[in-house]
Amino acid sequence: MSEDRFDVIIVGAGPAGSTAAYILAGAGKEVLLIERGDEPGAKNMTGGRLYGHSLEKIIPGFAQEAPLERRIVKETVSFLTSDTSVSFDLQSELLGSGGKESYSVLRAEFDCWLAKKAEKAGAILVTGIRVDDLFMEEGRVKGVIAGEDIMEAGVVILADGVNSLLAQKIGMKQELKPHQAAVGAKEIIELPGEVIEDRFNLHEGEGAARLFVGDCTKGRIGGGFLYTNKKSISLGLVFTLSDLQSWEKTVPEMVEDFKHHPAVSPLIKGGRTLEYSAHLVPEAGYSMIPKLYGDGVVVVGDAAGFVINIGYMVRGMDLAIASGEAAAKAIISAHDVYTTQALSRYRKLLEESFVIRDLKQYSKFPAFLNNKRIFNEYPQLIAELMTDFFSVDGSPVPPMMKRILKPVKKVGLMKVASDVWKGVRAL
Amino acid sequence: MMKRMGVEEKLGLNKFLLDEGNPHIKINKEICRACTGKPCLVACPASLYTLKEEEIGFDYAGCLECGTCRIICPKPGAIDWSYPRGTFGVAYRYG
Repeated sequence: MSEDRFDVIIVGAGPAGSTAAYILAGAGKEVLLIERGDEPGAKNMTGGRLYGHSLEKIIPGFAQEAPLERRIVKETVSFLTSDTSVSFDLQSELLGSGGKESYSVLRAEFDCWLAKKAEKAGAILVTGIRVDDLFMEEGRVKGVIAGEDIMEAGVVILADGVNSLLAQKIGMKQELKPHQAAVGAKEIIELPGEVIEDRFNLHEGEGAARLFVGDCTKGRIGGGFLYTNKKSISLGLVFTLSDLQSWEKTVPEMVEDFKHHPAVSPLIKGGRTLEYSAHLVPEAGYSMIPKLYGDGVVVVGDAAGFVINIGYMVRGMDLAIASGEAAAKAIISAHDVYTTQALSRYRKLLEESFVIRDLKQYSKFPAFLNNKRIFNEYPQLIAELMTDFFSVDGSPVPPMMKRILKPVKKVGLMKVASDVWKGVRAL
Repeated sequence: MMKRMGVEEKLGLNKFLLDEGNPHIKINKEICRACTGKPCLVACPASLYTLKEEEIGFDYAGCLECGTCRIICPKPGAIDWSYPRGTFGVAYRYG
Protein backbone atom coordinates (compact mmCIF):
# COMPACT_ATOMS: atom_id res chain seq x y z
CA MET A 1 0.00 0.00 0.00
CA SER A 2 1.49 3.33 -1.02
CA GLU A 3 1.49 6.01 1.64
CA ASP A 4 -0.87 8.22 -0.37
CA ARG A 5 -3.40 5.48 -0.79
CA PHE A 6 -6.68 5.76 1.07
CA ASP A 7 -9.18 3.02 1.73
CA VAL A 8 -11.98 5.24 0.48
CA ILE A 9 -12.09 8.55 -1.39
CA ILE A 10 -15.42 10.34 -1.37
CA VAL A 11 -16.10 13.06 -3.95
CA GLY A 12 -18.52 15.63 -2.54
CA ALA A 13 -19.16 16.63 1.08
CA GLY A 14 -22.96 16.89 0.87
CA PRO A 15 -25.29 14.79 3.04
CA ALA A 16 -24.61 11.53 1.15
CA GLY A 17 -20.83 11.90 1.04
CA SER A 18 -20.41 13.11 4.63
CA THR A 19 -22.71 10.39 5.99
CA ALA A 20 -20.66 7.73 4.22
CA ALA A 21 -17.43 9.33 5.48
CA TYR A 22 -18.76 9.45 9.05
CA ILE A 23 -19.68 5.76 9.10
CA LEU A 24 -16.55 4.55 7.27
CA ALA A 25 -14.15 6.58 9.43
CA GLY A 26 -15.99 5.37 12.51
CA ALA A 27 -15.34 1.80 11.33
CA GLY A 28 -11.61 2.52 11.12
CA LYS A 29 -11.30 3.11 7.37
CA GLU A 30 -8.86 5.71 6.06
CA VAL A 31 -11.20 8.14 4.37
CA LEU A 32 -10.52 11.20 2.23
CA LEU A 33 -13.55 13.45 1.74
CA ILE A 34 -13.03 15.96 -1.10
CA GLU A 35 -15.21 19.04 -1.53
CA ARG A 36 -14.85 21.57 -4.38
CA GLY A 37 -16.42 24.42 -2.42
CA ASP A 38 -14.42 26.50 0.04
CA GLU A 39 -16.51 24.93 2.77
CA PRO A 40 -18.86 21.96 2.66
CA GLY A 41 -22.28 23.30 1.63
CA ALA A 42 -20.89 26.30 -0.26
CA LYS A 43 -22.13 24.87 -3.56
CA ASN A 44 -25.35 23.37 -2.25
CA MET A 45 -28.89 24.51 -1.77
CA THR A 46 -32.19 22.92 -0.84
CA GLY A 47 -35.80 24.09 -0.83
CA GLY A 48 -35.50 23.03 2.03
CA ARG A 49 -36.60 20.54 4.40
CA LEU A 50 -34.86 17.53 5.88
CA TYR A 51 -36.98 14.55 6.92
CA GLY A 52 -35.03 13.49 9.98
CA HIS A 53 -35.62 9.72 10.18
CA SER A 54 -32.58 8.45 8.28
CA LEU A 55 -30.04 10.68 10.04
CA GLU A 56 -31.65 9.94 13.42
CA LYS A 57 -30.85 6.27 12.84
CA ILE A 58 -27.17 7.08 12.25
CA ILE A 59 -26.68 9.91 14.76
CA PRO A 60 -29.36 9.43 17.44
CA GLY A 61 -30.48 12.76 18.85
CA PHE A 62 -28.81 14.69 16.00
CA ALA A 63 -31.47 17.41 16.26
CA GLN A 64 -29.98 18.48 19.60
CA GLU A 65 -26.64 19.39 18.03
CA ALA A 66 -27.23 19.96 14.30
CA PRO A 67 -27.78 23.50 12.99
CA LEU A 68 -31.45 22.99 12.11
CA GLU A 69 -33.77 25.91 11.50
CA ARG A 70 -37.30 25.02 12.61
CA ARG A 71 -39.22 21.81 13.37
CA ILE A 72 -42.06 21.70 10.84
CA VAL A 73 -45.51 21.40 12.44
CA LYS A 74 -47.59 23.00 9.74
CA GLU A 75 -48.12 21.94 6.12
CA THR A 76 -50.02 23.98 3.58
CA VAL A 77 -50.69 23.29 -0.09
CA SER A 78 -52.15 26.21 -2.03
CA PHE A 79 -53.71 26.32 -5.47
CA LEU A 80 -53.10 29.66 -7.09
CA THR A 81 -54.72 31.62 -9.86
CA SER A 82 -53.52 35.12 -10.63
CA ASP A 83 -55.89 36.62 -8.04
CA THR A 84 -56.97 33.72 -5.82
CA SER A 85 -55.41 31.18 -3.47
CA VAL A 86 -57.19 28.09 -2.11
CA SER A 87 -55.27 26.25 0.58
CA PHE A 88 -55.32 22.92 2.33
CA ASP A 89 -53.78 23.49 5.72
CA LEU A 90 -52.65 20.95 8.30
CA GLN A 91 -51.29 21.92 11.69
CA SER A 92 -50.69 19.08 14.11
CA GLU A 93 -48.54 18.24 17.10
CA LEU A 94 -48.21 14.79 15.57
CA LEU A 95 -46.40 16.10 12.48
CA GLY A 96 -43.21 16.99 14.30
CA SER A 97 -42.90 14.06 16.69
CA GLY A 98 -42.60 10.30 17.09
CA GLY A 99 -39.92 9.73 14.44
CA LYS A 100 -41.79 11.82 11.86
CA GLU A 101 -39.86 15.00 12.60
CA SER A 102 -38.82 17.18 9.71
CA TYR A 103 -36.84 20.40 9.85
CA SER A 104 -36.23 23.40 7.65
CA VAL A 105 -32.49 23.65 6.96
CA LEU A 106 -29.96 25.91 5.28
CA ARG A 107 -27.28 23.88 3.60
CA ALA A 108 -24.22 26.08 4.10
CA GLU A 109 -24.42 25.51 7.84
CA PHE A 110 -25.92 22.03 7.84
CA ASP A 111 -23.47 20.46 5.37
CA CYS A 112 -20.55 22.00 7.28
CA TRP A 113 -21.79 20.45 10.51
CA LEU A 114 -22.19 16.97 8.98
CA ALA A 115 -18.77 17.12 7.29
CA LYS A 116 -17.20 18.14 10.63
CA LYS A 117 -18.86 15.12 12.24
CA ALA A 118 -17.11 12.95 9.66
CA GLU A 119 -13.86 14.77 10.34
CA LYS A 120 -14.19 14.17 14.09
CA ALA A 121 -14.82 10.49 13.37
CA GLY A 122 -11.44 10.42 11.65
CA ALA A 123 -12.07 11.27 7.99
CA ILE A 124 -9.71 13.71 6.29
CA LEU A 125 -11.68 16.59 4.80
CA VAL A 126 -10.13 18.71 2.05
CA THR A 127 -12.02 21.66 0.57
CA GLY A 128 -11.51 23.89 -2.45
CA ILE A 129 -10.41 20.94 -4.60
CA ARG A 130 -12.23 20.07 -7.81
CA VAL A 131 -11.92 16.43 -8.84
CA ASP A 132 -11.48 16.49 -12.62
CA ASP A 133 -11.47 12.82 -13.43
CA LEU A 134 -11.32 9.32 -12.08
CA PHE A 135 -8.01 7.50 -12.06
CA MET A 136 -8.50 4.20 -13.89
CA GLU A 137 -6.27 1.15 -14.18
CA GLU A 138 -7.17 -2.03 -16.03
CA GLY A 139 -10.75 -0.87 -16.41
CA ARG A 140 -11.34 -0.31 -12.74
CA VAL A 141 -11.52 2.87 -10.68
CA LYS A 142 -8.35 3.25 -8.64
CA GLY A 143 -8.62 6.84 -7.42
CA VAL A 144 -9.25 10.42 -8.44
CA ILE A 145 -7.42 13.06 -10.44
CA ALA A 146 -7.45 16.72 -9.37
CA GLY A 147 -5.28 18.98 -11.50
CA GLU A 148 -1.81 17.41 -11.52
CA ASP A 149 -2.49 15.20 -8.52
CA ILE A 150 -3.52 11.58 -8.51
CA MET A 151 -4.96 10.26 -5.26
CA GLU A 152 -5.40 6.53 -5.00
CA ALA A 153 -8.01 4.56 -3.09
CA GLY A 154 -9.43 1.08 -2.77
CA VAL A 155 -12.86 2.42 -3.62
CA VAL A 156 -14.28 5.80 -4.71
CA ILE A 157 -17.73 7.04 -3.70
CA LEU A 158 -19.25 9.48 -6.18
CA ALA A 159 -21.31 11.88 -4.08
CA ASP A 160 -20.80 14.73 -6.53
CA GLY A 161 -24.41 15.76 -6.89
CA VAL A 162 -27.09 15.89 -9.54
CA ASN A 163 -24.78 16.81 -12.42
CA SER A 164 -22.26 14.03 -11.54
CA LEU A 165 -19.96 14.60 -14.47
CA LEU A 166 -17.69 11.88 -13.05
CA ALA A 167 -20.35 9.14 -13.19
CA GLN A 168 -21.06 10.24 -16.78
CA LYS A 169 -17.38 10.13 -17.71
CA ILE A 170 -17.05 6.48 -16.78
CA GLY A 171 -20.35 5.56 -18.40
CA MET A 172 -22.25 4.71 -15.22
CA LYS A 173 -24.77 7.38 -15.95
CA GLN A 174 -26.31 9.04 -19.01
CA GLU A 175 -26.50 12.81 -19.35
CA LEU A 176 -29.75 14.06 -17.77
CA LYS A 177 -32.62 14.71 -20.14
CA PRO A 178 -34.85 17.79 -19.74
CA HIS A 179 -37.80 15.71 -18.47
CA GLN A 180 -35.58 14.14 -15.79
CA ALA A 181 -34.53 17.37 -14.11
CA ALA A 182 -36.04 20.49 -12.65
CA VAL A 183 -34.37 23.75 -11.77
CA GLY A 184 -35.08 25.30 -8.41
CA ALA A 185 -34.43 28.99 -7.81
CA LYS A 186 -34.69 30.40 -4.31
CA GLU A 187 -34.35 33.55 -2.28
CA ILE A 188 -33.46 33.73 1.38
CA ILE A 189 -35.55 36.56 2.80
CA GLU A 190 -34.59 37.89 6.21
CA LEU A 191 -37.31 38.50 8.82
CA PRO A 192 -37.23 38.61 12.64
CA GLY A 193 -38.12 35.30 14.32
CA GLU A 194 -41.11 36.77 16.17
CA VAL A 195 -42.53 38.17 12.94
CA ILE A 196 -42.27 34.72 11.33
CA GLU A 197 -43.98 33.09 14.32
CA ASP A 198 -46.81 35.65 14.34
CA ARG A 199 -47.28 35.56 10.59
CA PHE A 200 -47.41 31.80 10.32
CA ASN A 201 -49.18 31.12 13.63
CA LEU A 202 -46.28 29.21 15.18
CA HIS A 203 -44.78 28.74 18.64
CA GLU A 204 -41.10 29.48 19.14
CA GLY A 205 -38.89 27.02 17.25
CA GLU A 206 -41.79 25.66 15.21
CA GLY A 207 -41.87 26.01 11.47
CA ALA A 208 -44.23 25.98 8.50
CA ALA A 209 -43.84 24.44 5.05
CA ARG A 210 -45.89 25.62 2.09
CA LEU A 211 -46.21 24.42 -1.47
CA PHE A 212 -47.93 26.27 -4.29
CA VAL A 213 -49.42 24.98 -7.54
CA GLY A 214 -50.75 26.89 -10.54
CA ASP A 215 -50.18 30.54 -11.32
CA CYS A 216 -46.74 30.64 -9.67
CA THR A 217 -45.33 28.69 -12.65
CA LYS A 218 -47.83 30.29 -15.03
CA GLY A 219 -49.38 26.87 -15.49
CA ARG A 220 -46.12 25.14 -16.42
CA ILE A 221 -45.07 21.90 -14.72
CA GLY A 222 -43.51 22.81 -11.41
CA GLY A 223 -44.46 24.67 -8.28
CA GLY A 224 -43.60 27.13 -5.57
CA PHE A 225 -42.28 26.48 -2.08
CA LEU A 226 -41.86 28.35 1.17
CA TYR A 227 -40.09 27.19 4.33
CA THR A 228 -39.71 29.20 7.50
CA ASN A 229 -36.21 29.31 8.95
CA LYS A 230 -35.18 30.78 12.31
CA LYS A 231 -34.72 34.31 11.03
CA SER A 232 -35.49 34.01 7.35
CA ILE A 233 -37.84 32.55 4.81
CA SER A 234 -36.79 30.29 1.95
CA LEU A 235 -39.02 31.13 -1.00
CA GLY A 236 -38.69 29.84 -4.51
CA LEU A 237 -39.92 28.01 -7.57
CA VAL A 238 -39.16 24.72 -9.27
CA PHE A 239 -39.63 24.16 -13.01
CA THR A 240 -39.32 20.88 -14.90
CA LEU A 241 -36.83 21.62 -17.69
CA SER A 242 -38.83 19.92 -20.45
CA ASP A 243 -41.65 22.41 -19.87
CA LEU A 244 -39.33 25.42 -19.66
CA GLN A 245 -38.45 25.62 -23.33
CA SER A 246 -40.29 28.71 -24.54
CA TRP A 247 -41.49 31.46 -22.24
CA GLU A 248 -42.10 35.12 -22.24
CA LYS A 249 -40.52 35.40 -18.80
CA THR A 250 -37.19 34.30 -17.42
CA VAL A 251 -36.81 32.22 -14.26
CA PRO A 252 -35.72 35.16 -12.05
CA GLU A 253 -38.64 37.23 -13.37
CA MET A 254 -41.02 34.41 -12.42
CA VAL A 255 -39.52 34.31 -8.92
CA GLU A 256 -40.16 38.05 -8.71
CA ASP A 257 -43.78 37.60 -9.88
CA PHE A 258 -44.25 34.88 -7.27
CA LYS A 259 -43.00 37.22 -4.52
CA HIS A 260 -45.59 39.76 -5.66
CA HIS A 261 -48.54 37.35 -5.81
CA PRO A 262 -51.31 38.69 -3.54
CA ALA A 263 -51.24 35.50 -1.44
CA VAL A 264 -47.44 35.53 -1.06
CA SER A 265 -46.40 39.17 -0.71
CA PRO A 266 -47.98 39.63 2.78
CA LEU A 267 -45.93 36.65 4.00
CA ILE A 268 -42.60 38.26 3.11
CA LYS A 269 -43.59 41.89 3.68
CA GLY A 270 -40.75 43.95 5.13
CA GLY A 271 -38.25 41.18 4.45
CA ARG A 272 -34.85 41.74 2.90
CA THR A 273 -33.40 39.30 0.38
CA LEU A 274 -30.02 37.98 1.53
CA GLU A 275 -29.15 35.46 -1.17
CA TYR A 276 -30.34 34.10 -4.51
CA SER A 277 -29.50 30.50 -5.35
CA ALA A 278 -30.32 27.84 -7.91
CA HIS A 279 -29.80 24.11 -8.24
CA LEU A 280 -31.02 21.17 -10.29
CA VAL A 281 -33.30 18.50 -8.87
CA PRO A 282 -33.22 14.99 -10.36
CA GLU A 283 -36.91 14.28 -10.88
CA ALA A 284 -37.56 11.07 -12.77
CA GLY A 285 -37.22 8.87 -9.68
CA TYR A 286 -37.02 5.11 -10.08
CA SER A 287 -36.77 5.24 -13.89
CA MET A 288 -33.55 7.28 -13.82
CA ILE A 289 -31.50 5.22 -11.38
CA PRO A 290 -28.09 4.76 -13.04
CA LYS A 291 -25.60 1.94 -12.67
CA LEU A 292 -24.99 2.18 -8.92
CA TYR A 293 -21.74 0.27 -8.53
CA GLY A 294 -18.79 -0.91 -10.53
CA ASP A 295 -15.26 -2.12 -10.02
CA GLY A 296 -13.93 0.19 -7.28
CA VAL A 297 -16.78 2.70 -7.38
CA VAL A 298 -20.29 3.43 -6.06
CA VAL A 299 -22.71 6.31 -6.77
CA VAL A 300 -24.84 7.88 -3.99
CA GLY A 301 -27.34 10.69 -3.35
CA ASP A 302 -28.42 13.14 -6.06
CA ALA A 303 -25.70 11.71 -8.34
CA ALA A 304 -27.76 8.51 -8.33
CA GLY A 305 -31.02 10.45 -8.83
CA PHE A 306 -32.36 9.54 -5.38
CA VAL A 307 -35.14 12.11 -5.14
CA ILE A 308 -38.86 11.55 -4.67
CA ASN A 309 -41.18 14.27 -5.95
CA ILE A 310 -44.86 13.55 -5.47
CA GLY A 311 -46.08 17.09 -5.84
CA TYR A 312 -47.04 17.82 -2.26
CA MET A 313 -43.83 16.32 -0.90
CA VAL A 314 -40.24 16.46 -2.14
CA ARG A 315 -37.58 14.28 -0.54
CA GLY A 316 -33.91 14.12 -1.39
CA MET A 317 -31.68 14.58 1.64
CA ASP A 318 -33.16 11.70 3.66
CA LEU A 319 -32.55 9.41 0.67
CA ALA A 320 -29.05 10.81 0.19
CA ILE A 321 -28.18 10.10 3.83
CA ALA A 322 -29.57 6.56 3.67
CA SER A 323 -27.72 5.87 0.41
CA GLY A 324 -24.47 7.11 1.98
CA GLU A 325 -25.11 4.73 4.86
CA ALA A 326 -25.80 1.81 2.51
CA ALA A 327 -22.64 2.52 0.51
CA ALA A 328 -20.55 2.68 3.70
CA LYS A 329 -21.98 -0.60 4.99
CA ALA A 330 -21.40 -2.34 1.66
CA ILE A 331 -17.79 -1.12 1.63
CA ILE A 332 -17.18 -2.25 5.21
CA SER A 333 -18.53 -5.71 4.47
CA ALA A 334 -16.43 -5.97 1.28
CA HIS A 335 -13.31 -6.42 3.44
CA ASP A 336 -10.93 -4.48 1.20
CA VAL A 337 -11.95 -6.34 -1.96
CA TYR A 338 -13.87 -3.76 -3.92
CA THR A 339 -14.95 -5.74 -6.96
CA THR A 340 -18.25 -5.23 -8.77
CA GLN A 341 -19.41 -8.46 -7.16
CA ALA A 342 -18.52 -7.31 -3.63
CA LEU A 343 -20.04 -3.85 -4.10
CA SER A 344 -23.31 -5.28 -5.44
CA ARG A 345 -24.22 -5.47 -1.77
CA TYR A 346 -24.79 -1.70 -1.96
CA ARG A 347 -27.74 -2.18 -4.31
CA LYS A 348 -29.06 -4.99 -2.13
CA LEU A 349 -28.93 -2.81 0.99
CA LEU A 350 -30.73 -0.01 -0.87
CA GLU A 351 -33.41 -2.44 -1.96
CA GLU A 352 -33.91 -3.58 1.61
CA SER A 353 -34.13 0.03 2.81
CA PHE A 354 -36.83 2.63 2.18
CA VAL A 355 -34.76 4.21 -0.60
CA ILE A 356 -35.54 1.85 -3.48
CA ARG A 357 -38.81 0.74 -1.90
CA ASP A 358 -40.21 4.29 -1.82
CA LEU A 359 -38.80 5.19 -5.25
CA LYS A 360 -40.58 2.10 -6.64
CA GLN A 361 -43.80 2.90 -4.80
CA TYR A 362 -43.95 6.33 -6.44
CA SER A 363 -42.49 5.29 -9.78
CA LYS A 364 -45.67 6.20 -11.69
CA PHE A 365 -45.88 9.65 -10.16
CA PRO A 366 -43.46 11.60 -12.39
CA ALA A 367 -45.58 10.58 -15.41
CA PHE A 368 -48.77 11.58 -13.58
CA LEU A 369 -47.36 15.03 -12.84
CA ASN A 370 -46.67 15.43 -16.55
CA ASN A 371 -50.31 16.55 -16.95
CA LYS A 372 -50.88 20.22 -17.69
CA ARG A 373 -54.40 20.19 -16.18
CA ILE A 374 -52.87 19.93 -12.67
CA PHE A 375 -51.11 23.25 -13.18
CA ASN A 376 -53.81 25.09 -15.17
CA GLU A 377 -57.42 23.89 -15.14
CA TYR A 378 -57.50 22.45 -11.62
CA PRO A 379 -56.22 25.47 -9.68
CA GLN A 380 -58.73 27.51 -11.73
CA LEU A 381 -61.54 25.03 -11.00
CA ILE A 382 -60.88 24.93 -7.25
CA ALA A 383 -60.55 28.72 -7.05
CA GLU A 384 -63.83 29.23 -8.93
CA LEU A 385 -65.67 26.65 -6.84
CA MET A 386 -64.48 27.97 -3.48
CA THR A 387 -64.95 31.64 -4.41
CA ASP A 388 -68.52 30.82 -5.45
CA PHE A 389 -69.19 28.97 -2.15
CA PHE A 390 -68.16 31.95 -0.07
CA SER A 391 -69.72 34.71 -2.18
CA VAL A 392 -72.97 36.48 -1.28
CA ASP A 393 -74.22 39.35 -3.42
CA GLY A 394 -78.01 39.14 -3.09
CA SER A 395 -78.62 37.24 -6.36
CA PRO A 396 -80.57 33.94 -6.08
CA VAL A 397 -78.39 31.01 -4.96
CA PRO A 398 -78.39 28.07 -7.43
CA PRO A 399 -78.61 24.48 -6.06
CA MET A 400 -75.33 23.14 -4.61
CA MET A 401 -74.92 20.38 -7.24
CA LYS A 402 -75.21 22.91 -10.02
CA ARG A 403 -72.60 25.11 -8.38
CA ILE A 404 -70.18 22.22 -8.16
CA LEU A 405 -70.78 20.84 -11.62
CA LYS A 406 -70.50 24.16 -13.45
CA PRO A 407 -66.71 24.57 -13.11
CA VAL A 408 -66.13 20.80 -13.24
CA LYS A 409 -67.95 20.57 -16.57
CA LYS A 410 -65.71 23.29 -17.96
CA VAL A 411 -62.76 20.90 -17.63
CA GLY A 412 -64.84 17.81 -18.48
CA LEU A 413 -66.34 15.42 -15.97
CA MET A 414 -64.61 12.35 -17.44
CA LYS A 415 -61.21 14.05 -17.50
CA VAL A 416 -61.53 15.04 -13.85
CA ALA A 417 -62.63 11.54 -12.85
CA SER A 418 -59.82 9.96 -14.85
CA ASP A 419 -57.15 12.28 -13.40
CA VAL A 420 -58.32 11.63 -9.84
CA TRP A 421 -58.19 7.88 -10.50
CA LYS A 422 -54.72 8.09 -12.06
CA GLY A 423 -53.47 10.21 -9.16
CA VAL A 424 -54.70 7.76 -6.54
CA ARG A 425 -53.18 4.85 -8.48
CA ALA A 426 -49.84 6.63 -8.87
CA LEU A 427 -49.61 7.01 -5.09
CA MET B 1 -45.60 47.55 -2.10
CA MET B 2 -42.29 45.75 -2.52
CA LYS B 3 -39.88 46.96 -5.15
CA ARG B 4 -39.22 44.53 -8.00
CA MET B 5 -35.67 43.17 -8.02
CA GLY B 6 -33.76 42.70 -11.24
CA VAL B 7 -31.57 39.65 -11.70
CA GLU B 8 -28.34 41.68 -11.41
CA GLU B 9 -29.50 42.91 -8.03
CA LYS B 10 -30.26 39.34 -6.93
CA LEU B 11 -26.87 38.06 -8.09
CA GLY B 12 -25.17 41.04 -6.46
CA LEU B 13 -26.22 39.67 -3.06
CA ASN B 14 -24.25 36.45 -3.52
CA LYS B 15 -20.69 35.80 -2.43
CA PHE B 16 -18.72 35.05 -5.55
CA LEU B 17 -15.08 34.62 -6.51
CA LEU B 18 -14.47 35.07 -10.24
CA ASP B 19 -11.75 32.97 -11.89
CA GLU B 20 -10.54 35.81 -14.14
CA GLY B 21 -9.78 34.70 -17.67
CA ASN B 22 -10.87 31.11 -16.97
CA PRO B 23 -14.52 30.68 -17.98
CA HIS B 24 -15.85 27.29 -16.79
CA ILE B 25 -18.59 27.39 -19.41
CA LYS B 26 -17.89 28.17 -23.06
CA ILE B 27 -20.37 28.46 -25.88
CA ASN B 28 -19.95 27.87 -29.57
CA LYS B 29 -21.73 30.82 -31.18
CA GLU B 30 -21.71 29.14 -34.61
CA ILE B 31 -23.84 26.29 -33.28
CA CYS B 32 -26.03 28.69 -31.24
CA ARG B 33 -26.82 30.67 -34.40
CA ALA B 34 -28.60 27.66 -35.87
CA CYS B 35 -30.72 27.19 -32.74
CA THR B 36 -34.29 28.39 -33.13
CA GLY B 37 -35.65 27.82 -29.60
CA LYS B 38 -32.74 29.20 -27.53
CA PRO B 39 -34.25 27.94 -24.24
CA CYS B 40 -31.12 29.03 -22.33
CA LEU B 41 -32.39 32.62 -22.54
CA VAL B 42 -35.34 31.95 -20.23
CA ALA B 43 -34.15 28.90 -18.31
CA CYS B 44 -30.82 30.12 -16.91
CA PRO B 45 -31.78 31.16 -13.36
CA ALA B 46 -29.07 33.83 -13.44
CA SER B 47 -30.09 35.09 -16.94
CA LEU B 48 -26.47 34.94 -18.07
CA TYR B 49 -27.42 34.11 -21.66
CA THR B 50 -28.41 37.19 -23.61
CA LEU B 51 -29.35 37.93 -27.18
CA LYS B 52 -27.78 40.88 -28.93
CA GLU B 53 -28.44 41.43 -32.64
CA GLU B 54 -29.45 37.79 -33.11
CA GLU B 55 -26.28 36.53 -31.45
CA ILE B 56 -26.12 34.65 -28.14
CA GLY B 57 -23.80 36.10 -25.56
CA PHE B 58 -22.79 34.46 -22.29
CA ASP B 59 -21.10 35.77 -19.17
CA TYR B 60 -19.83 33.26 -16.63
CA ALA B 61 -19.61 35.86 -13.85
CA GLY B 62 -22.60 35.25 -11.59
CA CYS B 63 -23.09 31.61 -12.64
CA LEU B 64 -24.88 29.57 -9.97
CA GLU B 65 -23.34 26.34 -11.33
CA CYS B 66 -26.71 24.59 -11.55
CA GLY B 67 -26.27 22.88 -14.94
CA THR B 68 -29.64 23.94 -16.38
CA CYS B 69 -28.13 25.32 -19.61
CA ARG B 70 -26.20 22.13 -20.29
CA ILE B 71 -29.30 19.97 -20.00
CA ILE B 72 -31.86 22.21 -21.68
CA CYS B 73 -29.59 23.02 -24.65
CA PRO B 74 -30.96 21.23 -27.74
CA LYS B 75 -27.74 21.59 -29.76
CA PRO B 76 -24.99 19.06 -29.05
CA GLY B 77 -21.60 20.74 -28.77
CA ALA B 78 -22.96 24.24 -28.23
CA ILE B 79 -22.08 24.35 -24.53
CA ASP B 80 -18.80 23.18 -23.05
CA TRP B 81 -19.66 22.88 -19.37
CA SER B 82 -17.56 22.21 -16.30
CA TYR B 83 -17.45 23.39 -12.71
CA PRO B 84 -15.19 26.33 -11.83
CA ARG B 85 -11.78 25.38 -10.43
CA GLY B 86 -11.69 24.67 -6.71
CA THR B 87 -12.53 27.66 -4.45
CA PHE B 88 -13.80 29.74 -7.41
CA GLY B 89 -17.39 30.51 -8.35
CA VAL B 90 -20.40 30.96 -6.11
CA ALA B 91 -20.11 30.37 -2.36
CA TYR B 92 -23.51 30.11 -0.72
CA ARG B 93 -23.64 31.58 2.78
CA TYR B 94 -27.14 30.18 3.40
CA GLY B 95 -28.00 27.66 0.67
